[in-house]
Amino acid sequence: MEALVSILIGTLTGCGVYLILRNRTFPVVLGLTFLSYAVNLFLLVMGRLTIGKPPIIMEHMTEYADPLPQALVLTAIVISFAMTAFVIVLSLKAYLEMGNDHVDGKHKS
Amino acid sequence: MNLLFVALIPFAGAIFVASISRLGRLYSAWGAGTVTLLALAFLYPTIADVFAEQTVIQRLRWIPTLGLDLTFRLDGLGLLFSLLILGIGILIILYARYYLSERDDMGRFYAYLMMFMGSMLGIVLSENVIQLLIFWELTSLSSFLLISYWQQRHESRSGARMALAVTGGGGLALLGGFLLLGEICGSYDLSVILASGDIISNHPWHLPMLLLVLLGAFTKSAQFPFHFWLPNAMAAPTPVSAYLHSATMVKAGVFLLARLFPALSGTPEWFWLVSMTGLATLLIAAYIAMFEHDLKGLLAYSTISHLGLITLLFGMDTPLAAVAAVFHIINHAIFKASLFMAAGIIDHEAGTRDMRRLRGLWQFMPHTASLAMVAAASMAGVPLFNGFLSKEMFFAETLYHTNQPWGWLMPIAATLAGVFAVAYSLRFIHTVFFNGKPVDLPKTPHEPPRWMKVPVELLVALCLLVGMLPTLTVEPILNIAAMGVLQGPVPDHDLAIWHGFNPALWMSIIALTGGIIVYLGRRPLSVLHDQIGNLFEFKSLYNNLIDFLFRTASQLTRLLNANSLQRMVLVFMLFTMVLGVTSFIDSPSALTGDRGLLPIDAVSLLITIILMMAALGTVIMHRQRLVSLILLGAVGLGVSLVFVKFSAPDLALTQLSVEVVTIVLMLLALYFLPQQSPKESSHSARSRDALIAVAAGTGVSLLVWAVLTRPYETIADYFLSNSVPGGGGTNVVNVILVDFRGYDTLGEITVLALAGLGIYAMLHRLKLPGSAADQQGRPWDSDLHPLIMASFVRLLLPLALLVSVYILLRGHNLPGGGFIAGLITAVALIMQYLANGVNWAQTRLTINMHTVISAGLLIAALTGMASWAFDHPFLTSTFGHLNWPVIGEFELASAMAFDLGVYLVVVGTTLLILTYLGFVHKESHTTRVRKRSR
Repeated sequence: MEALVSILIGTLTGCGVYLILRNRTFPVVLGLTFLSYAVNLFLLVMGRLTIGKPPIIMEHMTEYADPLPQALVLTAIVISFAMTAFVIVLSLKAYLEMGNDHVDGKHKS
Repeated sequence: MNLLFVALIPFAGAIFVASISRLGRLYSAWGAGTVTLLALAFLYPTIADVFAEQTVIQRLRWIPTLGLDLTFRLDGLGLLFSLLILGIGILIILYARYYLSERDDMGRFYAYLMMFMGSMLGIVLSENVIQLLIFWELTSLSSFLLISYWQQRHESRSGARMALAVTGGGGLALLGGFLLLGEICGSYDLSVILASGDIISNHPWHLPMLLLVLLGAFTKSAQFPFHFWLPNAMAAPTPVSAYLHSATMVKAGVFLLARLFPALSGTPEWFWLVSMTGLATLLIAAYIAMFEHDLKGLLAYSTISHLGLITLLFGMDTPLAAVAAVFHIINHAIFKASLFMAAGIIDHEAGTRDMRRLRGLWQFMPHTASLAMVAAASMAGVPLFNGFLSKEMFFAETLYHTNQPWGWLMPIAATLAGVFAVAYSLRFIHTVFFNGKPVDLPKTPHEPPRWMKVPVELLVALCLLVGMLPTLTVEPILNIAAMGVLQGPVPDHDLAIWHGFNPALWMSIIALTGGIIVYLGRRPLSVLHDQIGNLFEFKSLYNNLIDFLFRTASQLTRLLNANSLQRMVLVFMLFTMVLGVTSFIDSPSALTGDRGLLPIDAVSLLITIILMMAALGTVIMHRQRLVSLILLGAVGLGVSLVFVKFSAPDLALTQLSVEVVTIVLMLLALYFLPQQSPKESSHSARSRDALIAVAAGTGVSLLVWAVLTRPYETIADYFLSNSVPGGGGTNVVNVILVDFRGYDTLGEITVLALAGLGIYAMLHRLKLPGSAADQQGRPWDSDLHPLIMASFVRLLLPLALLVSVYILLRGHNLPGGGFIAGLITAVALIMQYLANGVNWAQTRLTINMHTVISAGLLIAALTGMASWAFDHPFLTSTFGHLNWPVIGEFELASAMAFDLGVYLVVVGTTLLILTYLGFVHKESHTTRVRKRSR
């Protein structure tokens, strides 16, 4: 399972990196979203993989998944939503002001 | 604690003055005067102590854990300066009220002036040198504001910038000097520093410390070669010049020399550095002053010259010279303030300050002319005026060093400077008030308003009183001030006008006659001066230096920032990888650790494969934007499944709802953006990027693998065991969010709210025509709001809201909470917008989302603050159990109120973002406007 998770997070990172290297704003926003997925998963698994033991206190349970990374990731998800929203609106605004959606605000051709 | 108030009242007064200026122009002047009198009143109770030869020290604990106290000190020197700052300050306030024209904003002027006054008082009243430095830098900043008061003028801005660069830079040097000084003495308190003169002079850091401290003092006091900022600061309004360059700003530098005199003087380094700088400044500035054509320029160079004189006196390193220096500080403040004010009156009433055009003003303004003549005579050192007394003391002191090699140069140089001073004073009076009739003046000159002359008259009266009756007027304050400088008994001195025919008198006589001769022969001299050119013009040197700095900075920026986001991201990625690889090489260890592995099951494998295929599909199809967006949504849903698998139900719920909102948002944005990305990158560029992406992905994979296969220590046990007894909730993640780390969450919802407001600001009043067809020319569906969907979604709304309330309430114990509930509510409402149209929804949901966001933030913050009422730190939570009828026992935790705040912020922000993106469409905008106009 560990290998599967490692490859998954690596794939998401790789996809994100490739997309943020594109020269149009929309793919870059997609790339940032990918990177937030990868980072959120990365943070979560820093508490190691635990299956079927959610950190909700119950009787007869002695072991739980690490709640701390989960709390961190929960706010991280919401904040990355705010960031994505900001960036996509920024790119929309840039497209309107510049007349094109190149990341540097200009046509290379 | 009255000294603290003396220093802080003007700062509070600045706000007060600025706010009452809205009531009317003159309110701010009255306000500033009242504030100054109030500061004087607070100073009053301590004055008697100082005259009883005590040093008053007041200490207020500030940050005790860091050993930082606010300490204030009042001795004779501090008292003298406080009285000068406040006394001349009040005259300046009166004068400026008549000087400023209708177009000038009085509130702003007086607010800056109050800030400056407070900073100056802080310098002279500080006991701790670091605290002194803070006020020192505040004078640099507030003088910047004052000098650039007429912001629309170029010379104001550049003059202010130059003053800030030079004095602010000197302040940095002074900080270094004070840190060294504090380390040498083991304390930053002046009481300790002033008593450790021997330790300081024998310490190996003595010279660097001295150089840094003197650099601070010399830049502030405009000593050669840093003098050039002062004439350029003449672009300030004249009341500002009169204040800054007579009693305050530039006097801060000599104040520092006086303050540290017992600690730093008595070494050859002090003698040579201070006296030679003072001598050079005295001579050079007096020479330049003779040839200035601008009235204020002449006074500026004369100020520099007199500051040089004071510096020279401190450098001479004898107690009597220090007394003379303090005396000259008083005299110079009095006559220079009145001269600047007189120059301001002339400028105000004649419309120019150019001495080549001003002539014969005596017949137009005899009253002002006589006042200016008295002050100028004092500046020249004519007997019976106050300047004469201190200058005579200065001449006498220069003879003290004649037994040393080259010591005879000192009295000669002093006499020469005296000659120059007489010449430029004579020029000031004769050229402006006599010398024929005025030609071609912008205005017909006349006497100023009555009250504009009052400050000048008071100062001129002081010139005469001190000049004729020194022992009755100035002696007591001079005595205690000198005692403050020397930190010991004052040597015998005789403030008499007549000391008999001694060498000092002869030097005065030579200076007076020589000055008259030089003035008479000024024409050939100025021709000579023009031919030599202005040797000491440092402005261009400064400008070159600044230009060089800016050029280098922009070249460096251009080198690092290629103006291409792609390039920067590339460099960033490569650099990150280099960092990762090198640190791995630095401490090589086995990649795989010894933690047991979990088995792979078929479902997980399948989901992972689907997820990775969706991710790769997004990348491959990224130029078809709509397709890639849908694939991205699939990845996001897959990620929430991963959260489910690894025991993170809260995260799964959050991810699920965020994903919906994100995709809706991106779809809305995509509607206005191009539907496809053009194929632009070359094959090699794409291969390069793919290579980097693969490398980055591999690196992250290996890192995750290395971490996951290793055991670890966690602090989670604390949260797990304290969640129920301490936080009253069984959902540990939620308890961490709203209780243990509530402060972080408060910060995060603030960021969320800010992002929402930022987006609102970008979209506000933006109108876009929505296209009727996609890029292949296929028309969009004409049925914008399909009936089945619209009706269904309306039915869904109450159910969705019910679910969200349930999720919110149970969040403390079971998966849920403010974030998730907020997102669910937002999704439910967004659905109404999507299915029924913006206008339909907007007319039914009239709540302003800004209000919702602020209410949420307010509730969260107030919940935190409520714990103060019970003497607990911010955001301490409490909980109890209520027994509701029918429902049964119900837990109520204060953290739930906090969670409600979170909920409101999330709902407000999400809706604000999405609905405003909807409004951007021209169609919805126009109908909305039409509706409103009906």
